[in-house]
Amino acid sequence: MNIHERAWPAEGLTRIPYWIYSDRDVYAEEQANIFRGDTWIFLCLEAELPRPNTYRTSNLGDMPVVVTRDQDGAIHAFENRCAHRGSLLCLKQRGEAREIACVYHNWTYDLTGRLTGVAFRRGVGGKGGMPADSRPDRHGPRQLRVEVFAGLVFGTMSAGVRPVEAYLGPEIAAKIRRVMKAPVKLLGGYSQVLAGNWKVYVENTKDSYHASLLHMFFTTFRLNRLSQKGGLVVSEGGDNHISYSMSADVAGKEYEQAGMRSAQSGYGLEAPELLKSVDEFGDGVGIQILTVFPTFVLQQIRNSLAVRRVVPLGLDRTELAWTCFGYADDDEAMTELRLRQANLIGPSGFVSMEDGAAVGFVQRGIRGADDEESVVEMGGNGTSSEESRVSEAAVRGFWKAYRRHMSL
Amino acid sequence: MSLRPIDIESRLAVLDLNARYVEAIDEGRFEEWTELFTEDGHYRITTAENVEQGLPLPIMYATSRAMLRDRVKALREANIYEAQRYRHMLGPPRLEPAEGGLRARVNFMVARVMHTGDTSLFATGCYLDRIVLAGGAARFAEKNVILDSRQIDTLLAIPL
Repeated sequence: MNIHERAWPAEGLTRIPYWIYSDRDVYAEEQANIFRGDTWIFLCLEAELPRPNTYRTSNLGDMPVVVTRDQDGAIHAFENRCAHRGSLLCLKQRGEAREIACVYHNWTYDLTGRLTGVAFRRGVGGKGGMPADSRPDRHGPRQLRVEVFAGLVFGTMSAGVRPVEAYLGPEIAAKIRRVMKAPVKLLGGYSQVLAGNWKVYVENTKDSYHASLLHMFFTTFRLNRLSQKGGLVVSEGGDNHISYSMSADVAGKEYEQAGMRSAQSGYGLEAPELLKSVDEFGDGVGIQILTVFPTFVLQQIRNSLAVRRVVPLGLDRTELAWTCFGYADDDEAMTELRLRQANLIGPSGFVSMEDGAAVGFVQRGIRGADDEESVVEMGGNGTSSEESRVSEAAVRGFWKAYRRHMSL
Repeated sequence: MSLRPIDIESRLAVLDLNARYVEAIDEGRFEEWTELFTEDGHYRITTAENVEQGLPLPIMYATSRAMLRDRVKALREANIYEAQRYRHMLGPPRLEPAEGGLRARVNFMVARVMHTGDTSLFATGCYLDRIVLAGGAARFAEKNVILDSRQIDTLLAIPL
């Protein structure tokens, strides 16, 4: 069925039809209208291009791209596709190069993505080669518009999308600057491959309601308080969000108490040093999860800092790529603290491993249910900011933005 | 200080330790798994990509047996994941003498078998271990699990 013959449920943002996760035409339109449309896609940290003449590969949805820092230090991004036969230009995830040569027929490019050489263009010994009026550069890899905001590299195929800061909105921009407050030191990365549609994971990151219900680690070890203060901020238009909660006690007493409790009564952590944290932002916020439409996540869970990229690999397969970082001026003890807290996140994360599985549970659960719909009514039917995190306002915000981009 | 060559008893002790290690995990006896480490034993899972870039990020990381027990308790009581089991196949250890014991390098492959029957090659890589031998018992003072791939399918709940 053509997707524009599909009808969104009459209830609006409180109903999500399940065909949205399983329709091949929807997937194809998303690639054009969202990932190559009027959005900014997070490509990498600026710190991943540490010197002039470095590159790394990334994605705009399922389109492969190369991000480079040229010899003058400027950042560029372009399609990872040779002008000639469409082969990938960069095969490695990262590297150093003054020029990029396609391995197939050795056509060469500078780090701005401009075609600089065609092998045997004039033939050999006066024979072969290309006609003199041939213009292979007209088929070169398409250039992305690139902006670096607070150390984050964003790219877009859109000529019309607003500059990144306006796209983010003032509240989101301020909370990105809060985490990206100083030069970054990379700690490493890994990926999870999730058995579900990319939107199911994105919804999970916007779903502040599930946190204490699916992730039982803090509750089981009695490390949180039931009424930790926090809130939910949804940007105008619904595109971007922040969910945050205050640390019950960021000065370290909580961690000592956890130790005492475990000694006295058999619950709590035997080794509470796992959770030892410092209030490095000086505002008492223990957790801040921030998303930017469509697929960027910036995470602060205590002192565990990470960016996550959500990359669709097909209708029901998604890569979740994590890059974790600290700051350039972290001392050895601070780095060690961040590495211990890395136990909280990623594929083995005490408070994140369930998310990887939940995506698959939804994708498996909705087979054969194209005509059914999910109910997203926690916190009403709006998409505005709230004090309560027992709300699906940010999930509804995502669908509001999604429907606008998809004309659905 | 010159290190003594590795005697046959030590080699057998390492083989026995590795056999007990995979049996404890594959049979789901995770509490026994923690006992194969020294009290201040280190356990770390990371990827070859991070190691090659000189980046320290772990996927799992513990700096004491108590932290390993917390990991097991979380697996038993807190974390939610579908029922699954592993089957490890290990290669022979290559041993080098080290102060207080031995260093070992062992290749592994792990199949993950889900409760549904779905079976996949879940992880390959090598263990870089430091083993101490005391009173006839061998224990891990350090175990670094270096995964060949940077990708994990869905989640990595049970230790490798």
